[in-house]
Amino acid sequence: MTKISRGLTRRKVLQTGMAGIIGTGVAPLVFSKGAWAQEFCNNPTGDTVTLGLNLPLTGTYAEEGADEQKAYELAIAHLNGEGDGGLIAVLAPTALKGNGILGKKVGYVSSDSQTKSDVARAGATRMIERDGAIMITGGSSSGEAIAVQGLCQEMGVIFMAGLTHSNDTTGKDKKRYGFRHFFNAYQSGVALGPILGEQYGTDRRAYHLTADYTWGWTQEESIKNATEALGWETVAAVRTPLGTTDYSQYLTPVLNSGADVLILNHYGLDMVNSLTQAVQFGMRDRQANGKDFQIVTPLISELMAKGAGESVKGIYGTSNWHWNLQDPGSIAFTKSFGAAYGSPPSQAAHTAYVQTLLYADAVERAGTFYPPEVIKALEGHEFEGMGNGPTLYRAEDHQCIKSVLVVQGNESPTSEFDVLNVVKEVDRETVTYDPAIFGGELGPAEPAPVC
Amino acid sequence: MSTFMSRNDLLLLIGFTIAVLTMPLWLAPFGAGYPDLLNRFAIFAIFAIGFNILFGLTGYLSFGHAAFFGVGSYAAVWSFKLLSMDALPALLFAVVISALFALLIGFLSLRRSGIYFSILTLAFAQMSYNLAYSVLTPITNGETGLQLTLRDPRVLDNALFEAGPGLPSPTLLGMPLQGFEAFYFCAALLIVAFFLAQRISGSPFGMMLKGIKSNQTRMHYTGFNTRPYTLAAFVISGMYAGLAGGMLAIVDPLVGAERMQWTASGEVVLMTILGGAGTLLGPVIGAWLIKYFENIFSAINDVILARFWSFLPDGVSDAMVQITSKFVGDGWFLTLGLVFVLIVIFLPGGVMEGVRRIADQFRPSRRSGRPANQARPHPRPAE
Amino acid sequence: MFDVIFLQFLNGLDKGAAYALIALGLTLVFGTLGVVNFAHGALFMLGAFCAVAMRMLLTLETVTLDPEKLSPWGTPLEVREPLMQAWLGDFGAVLVNYSVPVSLLLTIPIMLLVGIALERGIIKHFYKRPHAEQILVTFGLAIVAQEVIKSIFGPNPLPQPMPVELRGAADIGAWLGMQANVITYPLWRLIYFLFSAILIGGVFAFLQFTTFGMVVRAGMADRETVGLLGINIDRRFTIMFGLAAVVAGMAGVMYTPILPPNYHMGMDFLVLSFVVVVVGGMGSLPGAVAAGFLLGILQSFASMNEIKAIIPGIDQIIIYLVAVLILLVRPRGLMGRRGVMEA
Repeated sequence: MTKISRGLTRRKVLQTGMAGIIGTGVAPLVFSKGAWAQEFCNNPTGDTVTLGLNLPLTGTYAEEGADEQKAYELAIAHLNGEGDGGLIAVLAPTALKGNGILGKKVGYVSSDSQTKSDVARAGATRMIERDGAIMITGGSSSGEAIAVQGLCQEMGVIFMAGLTHSNDTTGKDKKRYGFRHFFNAYQSGVALGPILGEQYGTDRRAYHLTADYTWGWTQEESIKNATEALGWETVAAVRTPLGTTDYSQYLTPVLNSGADVLILNHYGLDMVNSLTQAVQFGMRDRQANGKDFQIVTPLISELMAKGAGESVKGIYGTSNWHWNLQDPGSIAFTKSFGAAYGSPPSQAAHTAYVQTLLYADAVERAGTFYPPEVIKALEGHEFEGMGNGPTLYRAEDHQCIKSVLVVQGNESPTSEFDVLNVVKEVDRETVTYDPAIFGGELGPAEPAPVC
Repeated sequence: MSTFMSRNDLLLLIGFTIAVLTMPLWLAPFGAGYPDLLNRFAIFAIFAIGFNILFGLTGYLSFGHAAFFGVGSYAAVWSFKLLSMDALPALLFAVVISALFALLIGFLSLRRSGIYFSILTLAFAQMSYNLAYSVLTPITNGETGLQLTLRDPRVLDNALFEAGPGLPSPTLLGMPLQGFEAFYFCAALLIVAFFLAQRISGSPFGMMLKGIKSNQTRMHYTGFNTRPYTLAAFVISGMYAGLAGGMLAIVDPLVGAERMQWTASGEVVLMTILGGAGTLLGPVIGAWLIKYFENIFSAINDVILARFWSFLPDGVSDAMVQITSKFVGDGWFLTLGLVFVLIVIFLPGGVMEGVRRIADQFRPSRRSGRPANQARPHPRPAE
Repeated sequence: MFDVIFLQFLNGLDKGAAYALIALGLTLVFGTLGVVNFAHGALFMLGAFCAVAMRMLLTLETVTLDPEKLSPWGTPLEVREPLMQAWLGDFGAVLVNYSVPVSLLLTIPIMLLVGIALERGIIKHFYKRPHAEQILVTFGLAIVAQEVIKSIFGPNPLPQPMPVELRGAADIGAWLGMQANVITYPLWRLIYFLFSAILIGGVFAFLQFTTFGMVVRAGMADRETVGLLGINIDRRFTIMFGLAAVVAGMAGVMYTPILPPNYHMGMDFLVLSFVVVVVGGMGSLPGAVAAGFLLGILQSFASMNEIKAIIPGIDQIIIYLVAVLILLVRPRGLMGRRGVMEA
């Protein structure tokens, strides 16, 4: 059998059937706009361009996934010039015109990743191979993000990560084709440390419960470093499998362990369950070592705070963004999202929306969908207006560097969405770090010969 | 020829070979002609064929076969990481390691039969899954899944070639294995697997297994020790699962522990029963049906449904969209469950029995000539 | 150290109560009907969703838009008026607060009907078919049940709040006259333990002290002879299946404040409950209860850091490990009768 060339050619093969399968490697070369006359994976030739949304619609992070989906649909509507335009007018500098991307109408396909890395990867493959997605985005777990990002690097398709907070995503597992707007565990530690010191003193004994996967491990490490720098002691760090529902056997040993702070390195339903159960165990009414027992949730979102209800009041954590911020970008986004769906957006929705716009903007600036040029346009790009103040897409590790919020569970919420208060905005100079500390290699930008 | 293979068997094999090799053609109109799904068709067909060697022939219902599948995948990826990106050593490792694993689990589990055997396999598989998900993280990379990195040693490859930029992808003797190349590789393995299953089923060994299924006690009385035969069937079936797992790792070199979970074991049971346990083609058809539904049926949304029902008056078509949307898209599993229940109740021989019954309708003359025991193959597990 | 071990023991009892309760129903069905019911987890899940449905009914609201006031995102503010409080005043508020226990009233008839319909409709045709086919058909039914629930209630868990008075922890140490604030345990989990104990005791008393129970026990021992005596044992067995469904459903209802119900919780519990049943001995009711508590306690202790430091990962596999050992060494289980399913 003659070897056939790949990528777009293969889709042609599907259309023309057997002729293509046993056919020659001569494929009609499709020339994209400008000088980049290369073929690359899923080069959009019609008048539409398809984005692939990989969302956990079931499983531990399902609520985040559902909120992300709303945000993507909103972002795509805004890119196509529908609705109120949202943040398109606020992004600065901007190349967006509200007529799609490079004049092509934006469409999307989606896949339920079930909060499982394996499934996420299969879904991404399907969207790239079957549906011709030019870019993959979404995901609400770092496990998923790292798995899909690896695939995208192989396929030569850009991956705009959704909610992923592990240091590894832009650290040891970073990829040339992967970009992350969300902050990471290291930055959470830097931002949260001083507040914890202020509130709870420097003589504390902490007990960690940690979701047993890449994100949990890096967050545990980052928070441990930050708190131990304050003078805290770490009593124990216990790993719990992702998706655990009954935490009682992990919580019982905390009671008389000599710890006076419980740090929950959980997210999504894990956090809702572990936090409510910890409160049921009476941990917030306890005294230990002559101090009030405290619970800390280093990464928290309003969706989880809503799920945990009463339990979250007064608890400290960090967030990427909050709808109550008063800058023009945040106000515009909250208004746009609230008008469409009747509730304020979560931080997951925000990062999903922003990532979509940033990708579209980068393509417009590059003038082509050709991934190496889009990557160049994103690397080192400095922008503002998206709700996090001035932001830099760092070239070295594809991590957005921007301010981080320290939040606290609202003691007297005025509505079911008003569950978190922003305590402090930590500016981006403070949370900037040397990309070299996490190692990793981005890999080449040349698109893979295959797709 | 007749000493080697009966004419019917040969025709079946040839027909099967042609059907598999032309899959990209005849599946394209159904929207399933893309390599990722075709690969899965081949891989899960092998998995189901292997499962059927145990369940279909001996009647032992294992609820833990996903463990061998997962072990095969992990073995293949480790072969990629440590040795070479070539598919052959990866598959060799996958099959050998899953065989060892199956030997151990089979040796213990086969000391019991019936439901106890099912629970034992289930318990072993869940232990494997839970360990892979937690303390075995250094080997399995836990939830994130085991994947290739730039820092992998790849001893053989690095000794032979200059490493290219970026992550390498699996090859077969230097030829890249992706897209349709990968499919034809999988298809070739599927045909070989089918051929072997055909040979096993027709051999004296296969006869012995069927004897165990119909009446193990009687086999004992005739002086046979059945344990070595069932254990051999268990190991062969585990090797098939390992092979399939290794192949899945070749078409996509990432392994998550989820593929070892008991629901994954349940899926292969569904495939085999749906198609027809104890038949050669049945498990293949079951695997294809389930994978097709999972990938295509699940993608049907309200817009497509509205178009489908648009010939009806407005109100009625809206109602039909409402009703049918519960059964497609996210709800495809509901359809699968219903179909499965109906099949177990009314058609215990699966799709294959349905096909045969329909065929018999059209051939009334030959119906009476058919031996009674073939008219209704009833899976009778050993109790 | 005493307090740590005592707490862990308490946690084991609490987990064990849940295991024992769900295994009890499974054993009732196997012991009476000889059916291996893979849909038993689904019955537990259906019970939990009875509580969800009940709460939804109790918390119906009227929503009016107030165009005068705006939400932070600029749409008219929604004003919600809870119906139950509007109709029944304080009593309505009490009903809402106690929605979980109140929904037991709804659950009992519903689960009884579900159980009887299931037995008459499908299970009864499988008495004479092999165990493998019983497993397959009930497994299929379990899939159907969970998918129906998913399409009605959605894929996400729906947290069910416990009554306000019963939140928080009970100071057991102080009750027992020890130092306060050392041995504390969530109040609702204690209630669940008591509830399980009462339910289990009730089932045993029912089988032990009523004529009905006597006949059923006789039927379990020798179905044919009881039939020959002219007793319609089939109808009683149907009722037993309904009863098993009720027990599973009630267990599910009371578990909702501990674990927000979702559509796949049945499958999650299913494997575990089978393991409990085989450890206890297929068909043995006291065995199922004893094994439930034993495994609960073992799992709780295996999760202690001191134990995990010696055998890493033991907390993840202890239950399966015990099941494998029992099946290999003593296949009739802890309390199974000799000859029942022994092979």
